[in-house]
Amino acid sequence: MSNPQQLRYSKEHEWLSATEDGVATVGITEHAANALGDVVFAQLPEVGDTVTAGESCGELESTKSVSDLYAPVTGEIVAANQDVVDDPSLVNSAPFEGGWLFKVRITGEPDDLLSADEYTAFTAG
Amino acid sequence: MSTAPRLTALDAVHRSLGATMTDFAGWDMPLRYASERDEHNAVRTKAGLFDLSHMGEITVTGPAAADFLNFALVGNIGSVGVGRARYTMIVAEDGGILDDLIVYRLGETEYMVVANASNAQVVLDALTARAEGFDAEVRDDRDAYALLAVQGPESPGILKSLTDADLDGLKYYAGLPGTVAGVSALIARTGYTGEDGFELFVSPADAEKLWGALMEAGTPVGMVPAGLSCRDTLRLEAGMPLYGHELTAELTPFDAGLGRVVKFEKTSQSDSFVGRGALAAAAERAETAPPRKLVGLVAEGRRVPRAGFPVVADGKVIGEVTSGAPSPTLGKPIAMAYVDAEHAAPGTEGVGVDIRGTHEPYEVVALPFYKRQK
Repeated sequence: MSNPQQLRYSKEHEWLSATEDGVATVGITEHAANALGDVVFAQLPEVGDTVTAGESCGELESTKSVSDLYAPVTGEIVAANQDVVDDPSLVNSAPFEGGWLFKVRITGEPDDLLSADEYTAFTAG
Repeated sequence: MSTAPRLTALDAVHRSLGATMTDFAGWDMPLRYASERDEHNAVRTKAGLFDLSHMGEITVTGPAAADFLNFALVGNIGSVGVGRARYTMIVAEDGGILDDLIVYRLGETEYMVVANASNAQVVLDALTARAEGFDAEVRDDRDAYALLAVQGPESPGILKSLTDADLDGLKYYAGLPGTVAGVSALIARTGYTGEDGFELFVSPADAEKLWGALMEAGTPVGMVPAGLSCRDTLRLEAGMPLYGHELTAELTPFDAGLGRVVKFEKTSQSDSFVGRGALAAAAERAETAPPRKLVGLVAEGRRVPRAGFPVVADGKVIGEVTSGAPSPTLGKPIAMAYVDAEHAAPGTEGVGVDIRGTHEPYEVVALPFYKRQK
């Protein structure tokens, strides 16, 4: 699988888009979606919530397990993807596109976000 | 002891198909090939092909084989006809379940006992110890067999195209030796999915050839390779117990609601069997003070109950989830759970599951969740 070059990645397997007016889109990577299996339930943070980098901000439930969803950055939630709430399988079928999870207005970034190549190496190890 | 997982004879096939592999009872097994939900639905509507080579085969032979199995197991194995199979259990002296088993009677004095992978050594050790004094031999045949299962409504048609064996005459819970795609096999009409289907016990050397022939015959009618993940949701929908979840050494068959597998009268000269005294007491307890009952739970919401989650009513814990998963067939999360008898009736109001601190409402239903139309 290939990880889009223009995105940045966390070690918790979220991707983060380039920011526009301070807002970035967040989802989980194809690697993470494959590891989860069929996602059947998504609990996303709500608009107005404040999330903290590295802390749990929701849940993704698959056939076999439930996983915490972590915030890759600190900031305020400005959108949650209702399409994923309605059809969680979007996380599997289009993790980098229609399966995005939320948009966040960034107020703080950790210094360990990875480039696409670094993330590819991270998941290969 | 080596900790490297064991590989089945079909390992290269799974890898070439891109399977996600998982460690299961010391074996490296295919969890899923692509989407477990698609595999589940294929088994319900068409067919799925499983590698179950991790299951533990133990052969029991000898003039006293039937008497020995009547002593070692809780069932009346002596009454099983040649060519038939029976679901039974092996318990400890205290009545606790060591494993649930399928016993195939292959000949007058020959049986094959199939144990769960995780318990195969325990069962082998117990049988070996219990055989003392009987004119019967217990043989570890785990390495002698690969096991492929074809499950689903299309499975009879798929198998018929590859064998001359009389499949129409082969009833559910029966097995006969035959040839499938040129490979010698014990063909059994058994399974763990709630669908019609067959389990094929073959030499590991023949496993790849048989897999290939089955895929060639099955692919045109929609058969897909199927992994352990969908096997679990299939058996859960079918209300079938899984050792380590619904069945444990802490429960007797009566506590598990499966007292019917215990036969106090046997066809042997002696009715004695390991665990008899404890099971007789358990049977009496079950009459006078009903234990927690195994029920089905269907979610009203979308959160999935998992094994170990508390079942609650009026803010009190009244039971525990033993297995839970989103049901592809029902489109809702389902679970099996042991609950106190007064909350076990289907339709009981006010029952919930504590899902990470939130009490989610659940409907109590009778098992199974899914029954195939015949």
